[in-house]
Amino acid sequence: MRLQLSEEDEAFRAELRTFFTTEVDEGVRATVRDRGELTKEQIVETHRTLNAAGLAVPHWPVEWGGKDWSPLRRHLWHEEMQRACVPPPLAFNASMIGPVIATFGSQEQKERFLPPTANVDIFWSQGFSEPGAGSDLASLRTAAVRDGDDWIVNGQKTWTTLGQWGDWIFTLVRTNPDVKKQAGISMLLIDMRSPGVEVRPIELIDGGHEVNEVWFTDVRVPGENLVGDVDSGWTQAKFLLGNERVGVAPVGATKRVLAQAKEWAAATRSGDGTLLDDPHVAVRIAELENELMALELTALRVVANSADGKPHPASSVLKLRGTELQQAVSELVVDVAGPGALAFGTGDADSDLPVWARRSTPTYLNLRKASIYGGSNEVQRQIIAGTILGL
Amino acid sequence: MDFELDEEQQALREAARGLLRKRYADFETRRGTVADAPGFDRDTWSKMAEMGLLGLPFTEDDGGMGAGPVEVAVVAEEIGRVIAPEPFLTSVVLTGGLVAAVGTTEQRAELLGGLASGESLVALAHAEPGARWVSTAAGVRAEEADGGWRLTGVKEPVPQGAEADVLVVSAALPDGGTGLFTLAGDDDGVTRSGYRAPDGSRAARITFDGAVATPLGEAGQDQATAIAAAHDGARVAAAQQAVGAMQVALETTAGYLNSREQFGVPLKRFQALTFRAADLYVAVELARSLALWAAMVQADPGTSAEERSTAAARAWAQASKAGRLVGQEAIQLHGGIGMTAEYSVGSYTAHLTTLDHLLGDARHHLGRLAASVGDHAEVDPLG
Repeated sequence: MRLQLSEEDEAFRAELRTFFTTEVDEGVRATVRDRGELTKEQIVETHRTLNAAGLAVPHWPVEWGGKDWSPLRRHLWHEEMQRACVPPPLAFNASMIGPVIATFGSQEQKERFLPPTANVDIFWSQGFSEPGAGSDLASLRTAAVRDGDDWIVNGQKTWTTLGQWGDWIFTLVRTNPDVKKQAGISMLLIDMRSPGVEVRPIELIDGGHEVNEVWFTDVRVPGENLVGDVDSGWTQAKFLLGNERVGVAPVGATKRVLAQAKEWAAATRSGDGTLLDDPHVAVRIAELENELMALELTALRVVANSADGKPHPASSVLKLRGTELQQAVSELVVDVAGPGALAFGTGDADSDLPVWARRSTPTYLNLRKASIYGGSNEVQRQIIAGTILGL
Repeated sequence: MDFELDEEQQALREAARGLLRKRYADFETRRGTVADAPGFDRDTWSKMAEMGLLGLPFTEDDGGMGAGPVEVAVVAEEIGRVIAPEPFLTSVVLTGGLVAAVGTTEQRAELLGGLASGESLVALAHAEPGARWVSTAAGVRAEEADGGWRLTGVKEPVPQGAEADVLVVSAALPDGGTGLFTLAGDDDGVTRSGYRAPDGSRAARITFDGAVATPLGEAGQDQATAIAAAHDGARVAAAQQAVGAMQVALETTAGYLNSREQFGVPLKRFQALTFRAADLYVAVELARSLALWAAMVQADPGTSAEERSTAAARAWAQASKAGRLVGQEAIQLHGGIGMTAEYSVGSYTAHLTTLDHLLGDARHHLGRLAASVGDHAEVDPLG
């Protein structure tokens, strides 16, 4: 057992810290720090800054821009990024479809898609969930039918995050309705400019436009856009969702917001002193800090001991507890804002309240999603009970 | 950063597990052992001494093995797994730790040597009626008389107090501060009345009536800081002991959900039950992470006393909270059988409850952590 990082890993961490705090646009970092909303340009430009430095897709195969880092280094990369208020590389590209194409795609697909995916020259969207297929994803019904070498796609996807900015969408479609539901699914890459693709916004309780419905009406997709074999899509879906789960414990970002919450509490008048002097608030913060530390150490245990590529059994804890704590800290921030939490839709209107206070309720409401996406927390409990406890 | 045990530590774990499992694999043996005083098995205690476990954290000069907090935690986890009633935590880690920290060379050789060999049992008489988890003494007073010291007052509860050969006693000093003293358990002026603690281990009321005692370490010194530090050291070991107990309570519960049938199906068919078991797993893993980390912090020569103390509070706060959840839910998920003394799982809950109140519960330690919450921005385990 050893407490510290090795000298090499320590140097690696310091180098990343310097890069993230000096090379990434300060305006972008300030927006993240204030919990503001990023524009498409800010997301794309930051991603490209990271990609130019080889820091956007380190977990990809080396041949396609990967770094062959240890799991610990990947963890440090992810944490330092969050700590420095750097928005992570676009997940649809870097964490989702990129690794799928690198693993299951043909050589032609790799050459055609991986470089523009790494650099967000293609902005990808995800077409998995449907109105009738949420946690039970395999019951999806969007159908693809052969027409010569092409596929004709009909159906509807939903919860497509940032679909309004998407160039291409990776979809799961039903190619065989007559077999067990998992065995009749294929993965198709669809150009969103194709005739018959329509993106409709869904307004959420935070007042924002983050997710969309995507409708497909007789959309013609070339056969070469099929990833892997026909009817093998469930394998790729499981691979993608497994990767998704790893990155969804945002320990670094949650820690940073908690540290900010203390500053905000210390600057808020309450009783005869500040809100941070209130013992109930101080204990609540101390408890969240301890829970976060336990989670971070669990994440470190997982990465330190999964060098052989086998996921550590405790990894299922990360998504579940990580999102619970992310939500708990966002709840704390709304409470610190107090009456300021009512300033919900200020937009460009005049307001003397700080941005963090005005963003506190939208963020709190928005983050209710965290325990639903990436395999809802109930699905995580099911996984723990089934695969770890044998229930 | 590495959380894995090295080969020697793994061997230690196997040896401790083998010894303790041999004795307590059958829960009925534990039940029989705690039924009568002294509440543990003297033969097992001797075997632990032969294996070097009772002198584990002490220097070789003091008659110990020269191992560290990680090795102590390894043994504590094995004790927790079978909830062995042998007083490793209170006698070796807590009392021995305090003697090692403040005793003179002669006192360390005598007291720790006797402890390590299993020949003499030591106990710390510190808690007092009317006080809760403080590091000072008020109820027992020390007075200088005839060139020596005499103690007067009541200590209660004293873990293993009625059986101990040697007592280490905290007492209010005439000029202020809290001193430490030693005397034999059967000395004149010492009256002991023993009883059961919740988990079957033993505790006692000890009344001192002008009992002659020897200062531990330098006479007249305020030892409150050392008392607090020894308790922190015990908290780190207790966190790992609790993790061992929680792990087995969870495994037992999962086994029961698999085998017990109601309404014609195994209980595991009811998601209302399996989801709660999953939450217990999460709680145990989080507690384990902090416990391992705290042991590493204690073992690292580069950490400050304050860092070690904070780490102990963090690890124990987490273990305490998890221990209550696991203890309560393990019984609930079992149903009525979990309430019986004959079945193991309720005794795990009783043990976790005992640890919790021996060393201060989660709320107590979160209060401690809250006092300094404004002094740092983030908490970073990697420094």
